[in-house]
Amino acid sequence: MTRAALPAASAEMPPRSRWRTHQRRLAPWLFLAPGLAMFAVYVVSPIFQSMWISLYDWDGLGEKVWIGAANYAELMDDDAFYTSLWNNVLWLVLYMLSVPAGLMMAIFLNQTIRGMRLYKSMFFFPFVISQVVVGLIFSWFYAPDFGLLYQLIEWLTGTGVAILADDRYVTYGIIAAGLWPQIAYVMILYLTGLNNVATDQIEAARLDGAKGWRMLWHVVLPQLRPATFIAVVVTVIGALRSFDLVSVMTDGGPYGSSRVLSFYMYEQALSEYGYRMGYGAAIAVVLFAIMMIFISGFIWKMWRDERER
Amino acid sequence: MFHYAKGALALSAALLTTTAAVAQDKRIVRYNADFDPAPLAAMEQVIADFEAANPEIEIQLNNFDHEGYKTAIRNFLTADAPDLANWYAGNRMAPFVTSGQFMDVSDVWEENGLEESLGSALASMTIDDKQWGVPYTYYQWGIYMNEDAYEAAGVEVPGVEDITWEEFVANCEAFEAAGIDCLTTGTKALWPGAGIFDYLNLRTNGYDFHMDLTSGEVPWTDERVRAVFDEWAKVQPYVTKNHAALEWQDAAALLVQGKAANYVMGNFAVAVFKEGGMTEENLGFMRFPEIATDIPRAEEAPTDTVHIPTAAQNPDDAKAFLAYLATAEAQNTINAAMGQLPINKDATVPDDPFLKAGFETLSTAEGGIAQFFDRDAPAEMAKMGMEGFQEFMVKPENLDRILDRLEKARTRIYQ
Repeated sequence: MTRAALPAASAEMPPRSRWRTHQRRLAPWLFLAPGLAMFAVYVVSPIFQSMWISLYDWDGLGEKVWIGAANYAELMDDDAFYTSLWNNVLWLVLYMLSVPAGLMMAIFLNQTIRGMRLYKSMFFFPFVISQVVVGLIFSWFYAPDFGLLYQLIEWLTGTGVAILADDRYVTYGIIAAGLWPQIAYVMILYLTGLNNVATDQIEAARLDGAKGWRMLWHVVLPQLRPATFIAVVVTVIGALRSFDLVSVMTDGGPYGSSRVLSFYMYEQALSEYGYRMGYGAAIAVVLFAIMMIFISGFIWKMWRDERER
Repeated sequence: MFHYAKGALALSAALLTTTAAVAQDKRIVRYNADFDPAPLAAMEQVIADFEAANPEIEIQLNNFDHEGYKTAIRNFLTADAPDLANWYAGNRMAPFVTSGQFMDVSDVWEENGLEESLGSALASMTIDDKQWGVPYTYYQWGIYMNEDAYEAAGVEVPGVEDITWEEFVANCEAFEAAGIDCLTTGTKALWPGAGIFDYLNLRTNGYDFHMDLTSGEVPWTDERVRAVFDEWAKVQPYVTKNHAALEWQDAAALLVQGKAANYVMGNFAVAVFKEGGMTEENLGFMRFPEIATDIPRAEEAPTDTVHIPTAAQNPDDAKAFLAYLATAEAQNTINAAMGQLPINKDATVPDDPFLKAGFETLSTAEGGIAQFFDRDAPAEMAKMGMEGFQEFMVKPENLDRILDRLEKARTRIYQ
């Protein structure tokens, strides 16, 4: 008797499945799952694979040979590595110039004049064209004999300077080429930021007699903080992963003096004369560690901002 | 409508049966290569001749771009091996030989008497007493000169083998006085500088020492290596400034314009000089001048080769093609189009004064034939070495640092 009643009772009130009880907690993870899976397979696991490979001597074809930290020990004693590291520092520091420069250009272009959109898009143009094209343009600009800059220097001083053939100037020359599109990028970030600056605050500041630098520093810039944050992030990342320009303009030369870490990693692991996967991976790990300092800083700042809200 | 459909069906059925029949008849040989347009056409001709003689074999040529090929070969040898693949002789093929990617083709050499007919390339094709491929072309290196520039500087134009190193260096002073670069090069891609080093070493210390050095048996800090750089230092001030920012074609332009007099280059540069407007009237060739008098003359002649991957599906027919590629007939066809020298001793040299001079130069080089620095030395050592050469040509005062760095690399790379 009681047996017959059971199915009826359960039909009336279905069992509270695990799914139903945890639905609200599980749903976000289910939505995240495809992205997380991709991220794990294509981003996280290669990071650990690189670390693993960096402990081997491997040419990509033959047997892997476990050599422990020997690749890192060799790095510590490798002049080319220190050259690349120093050039990366130069890139980081000088690339930051694009933030104030981009801000100045954004403020300059943030006017209402006929045809302003045209000017804006022209200033933005260097960022639209490929880095390879930028590299080529600047190589011709610096080229000995027929380069504009070379001829200008020759006209001014009597002797031309081939920027890309001189180990003292070559990195600065490439960074200058890199700044050209980067400034345009930062400029566009600030232009969108300037659109959102509250006009009532500007007017209030103006009534209080703020002008020029004081207006910029105390009223406009604080409102541009999100744009500044993004500009700094993209500039730091852009500086650390600078590769295309080095490859196009000098191939790391003359005699390796314009290498950066990412290019050195490519040379050691993947170029015609390299195929030292382990050593290349070790360089990549060092580059990752440097990036990690900045990335953690950015994440920490974002997390703090979220919590303050 | 119905008729059309029926007709199309019949047609496609007919097509299906014919393609099936062709596929059954012909044995496929897949060939991965990296030819420029002119040699590609010539190789297609060679293939057509081979297929005419062997109707049961079909060769499918898959042509890659040069630079891409160097990376691609590492992938396709393991992942999807063809039956034939282009590569280079000397140490450049060693990684593929030692990792078992290239097939031993000593039997092709033996059955066809190639040790006799391809004798000049035997040494550079041999590793562990076995041959690993068949060479089909090479070309000489040497000094190409603008005879107008010689005239402008008031220097007598030397013949192919007239002047010694002392005289060459003395001529450089005359060129400098006339505002002409005595020696030009463009080392942006590094390798052109290695040509100068190779010749200086071959002339100062000879072929055997050069091979010992490139195979890591002599320290870079050896006195004999320093002697090479001492000779180099004599011409260093007369080399085109800013060569580190120039491609080799940019330097070729300097020679064409008469701004430079001499260029240590491979014969492939002749085409570029002629495109720039030079003719056989004012373009000259000479062997790299003699430095030490007591050593047999060695030359530099990079050799291009074809190999069979170990994982090939159809190695038997691939070997038949290699045997054909080694014949004088096939080598004539392809070298006439490439403007290079055939290796088969019975082949005819193309009718070109530079190739004739090159053939004469190479066939009388009793010292030996080097491949080129980046083919004789392992890739990593080649890169470090060529960077060192470039640095030396810009800053000769850094020589000690350069040699120490190369020596450190040597102890690691050849361990």
